[in-house]
Amino acid sequence: MRFLLIIPTIFILVTLVFVLMRTTGDPITAALGGRLTPDQLAERIHNAGYDRPVIVQYFEYLGGLLRGDFGTTISDHRPVTEILLTYGSATLELAIYGLIVAFIVGIPLGMWAAYRRDKASDAVLRILAILFYATPVFFAGMLLKLIFSVGLGILPVSGRASTRTELNIQFLDNPTGIHLIDAFRLGDPDAVGDVLSHAALPAIALGLLTAGVFLRLVRTNMIGTLTKDYVDAARSRGVSEFRLVRTHAYRPALIPIITVMGMQIALMLAGAVLTETTFEWKGLGFMLVQYLQSRDFVAVQGIVVLLAVIVAITNFIVDIIAALIDPRVRY
Amino acid sequence: MTTQTGTPRRSLLDRLPILRQLRQSYGIQRGMLIAGLAITIVFAIVAIFAPWLAPYGYAQLSDDNGGFGAQQPPSAAHLFGTTVGGFDVLSRVLWGAQTAALVVIVAVVLSIFIGVILGLLSGYFGGWIDRVLVVICDAIYAFPSLLLAIVISIAISGGRSNLIGGILTAAMSITVVFIPQYFRVIRAETVRIKAEAFVESAKVLGASNVRIMSLHVFRNATRTLPLIFTLNASEAILTLAGLGFLGFGIEPTAASEWGYDLNKALADVSSGIWWTSIGPGLGIVLAVLGMTLVGESLNDLNDPRLRGRRVVAADSGEMVETSVVPAVGTHDASEGDNDDASEGERQ
Repeated sequence: MRFLLIIPTIFILVTLVFVLMRTTGDPITAALGGRLTPDQLAERIHNAGYDRPVIVQYFEYLGGLLRGDFGTTISDHRPVTEILLTYGSATLELAIYGLIVAFIVGIPLGMWAAYRRDKASDAVLRILAILFYATPVFFAGMLLKLIFSVGLGILPVSGRASTRTELNIQFLDNPTGIHLIDAFRLGDPDAVGDVLSHAALPAIALGLLTAGVFLRLVRTNMIGTLTKDYVDAARSRGVSEFRLVRTHAYRPALIPIITVMGMQIALMLAGAVLTETTFEWKGLGFMLVQYLQSRDFVAVQGIVVLLAVIVAITNFIVDIIAALIDPRVRY
Repeated sequence: MTTQTGTPRRSLLDRLPILRQLRQSYGIQRGMLIAGLAITIVFAIVAIFAPWLAPYGYAQLSDDNGGFGAQQPPSAAHLFGTTVGGFDVLSRVLWGAQTAALVVIVAVVLSIFIGVILGLLSGYFGGWIDRVLVVICDAIYAFPSLLLAIVISIAISGGRSNLIGGILTAAMSITVVFIPQYFRVIRAETVRIKAEAFVESAKVLGASNVRIMSLHVFRNATRTLPLIFTLNASEAILTLAGLGFLGFGIEPTAASEWGYDLNKALADVSSGIWWTSIGPGLGIVLAVLGMTLVGESLNDLNDPRLRGRRVVAADSGEMVETSVVPAVGTHDASEGDNDDASEGERQ
């Protein structure tokens, strides 16, 4: 039953975004007001159907969504779904890198903090986790740029790849949009290195934000399992400390960790918007900000609704995964 | 959400939220709480006294010696240098604390007010209103908060930033994001308290619904608010900075806002100009750090399971458990891990 909640959730979010966006008036006036004469404006509004009752527009919008039509941007007349296809892969790539960094940093450190609970290293790690959380991704990104790009000059400042690599990738048949895969397909080690060096800083900036959350999450849940009797029992049987932490304490703590991680994906998407803007990483978030600046609210609405749907579906999948691995969870 | 029920009344000094926890804390726990309080107090002082502390106004471009000049490196006259727009960075950092504090206060007060009322009504009366509110709040809750804040600020001010409107827009955008959190906590507590014997007795005695809600339920349901408050205050600063960074900030002539200044400093970074970003960035980090430290420590100390065991008082940073509240995962986490200790209190 719980799983069915995804439908009202998406419906509510779509309605909320639609109502909120429409309170400012019609999108055409917002985008082009002042640049066209009132007559031209009225004509454009009429042609786009924004002079009809809002409720009619609402149902039309819902119908469009069901058919997979998220609207067409005003500024450059592109279907929002096309923007998703073009730029979504970049956001996906960034999110995956960020998650990898978060896993590599957050989980071992969280295990260590739980194992060394209340010792000095635990205190340091906890404060580190709060620092990761307290630093906005864009400031972290700027610091990283100052250190590694400007100061040391070893990593590029922005973008997803250098112009040459971008061009080479464009000439591939059916580029996947994931630059790393495309670079491998080029068979050029320089291209792979180029893509990776561009990805390093954004991945770290976005990853550390999430790593702080993961660290805290793993620590909290492992402290619970480390004090269980079966851990003592295993220790008395001579199981190594490493194995104790890695298997006996960590495995049972995984289920709550996975569920909360699912919710972190929403946070990561918001983080991706900021990271992409900081590093001019041309993904959905970067485009969202571009459209915000040109006051193209149809595009903004389309991308926001799209992201909402992605988040809802992700949470839904995570719930199912959690239910599958945990025999106790039954909805 | 485990709270103690039926604790005897203590002296007023003992019951003041933060003082009490301060006295209960030990070791690392106490260190974190004190550090957090110290940073937060400095933040508050800077916010209140910014007009006197800042060497220049936030929108000041020149003084008796002429214009400040753009992107000037740090000097005696401008300790943190000047921005691309020719403002004094240090002054804007200090003034920024005031903007942040104002937004946080307005946002958190508004969201507590609305969230608590909705939570009380929803939990107390139940029925279809309750169900609808729960589904709506869950939906909003699952939404990336920054995106929601963007949409709301477009709805409120058309995406344009002006004077006090800018502060109100930011505050209201953050409010809507936070209402579900307060709603969920208060509703869950209300549902639990509603079944308590003392509510039953009040009903038998003929107390009105309003009286029961305001006197009996409200006072018992709001115990956990201080710690959600501190954690949300830090989140509010991050959301405000995020909005500002995306260009929803307040115009530099209207007020100083850290996120907006970082947005303007983004281009500087590539040309090696570090002083325009370090100041506002550290402002955000310190403000959030201070409040998060306080919130986390309060959270730990408020949890009777963790407080009882003196040696392990510095237990888990269950930030997720309070700010995310009765979500499935965290709920599982607390139940699964500490079932032995909490079972009695849940009844």
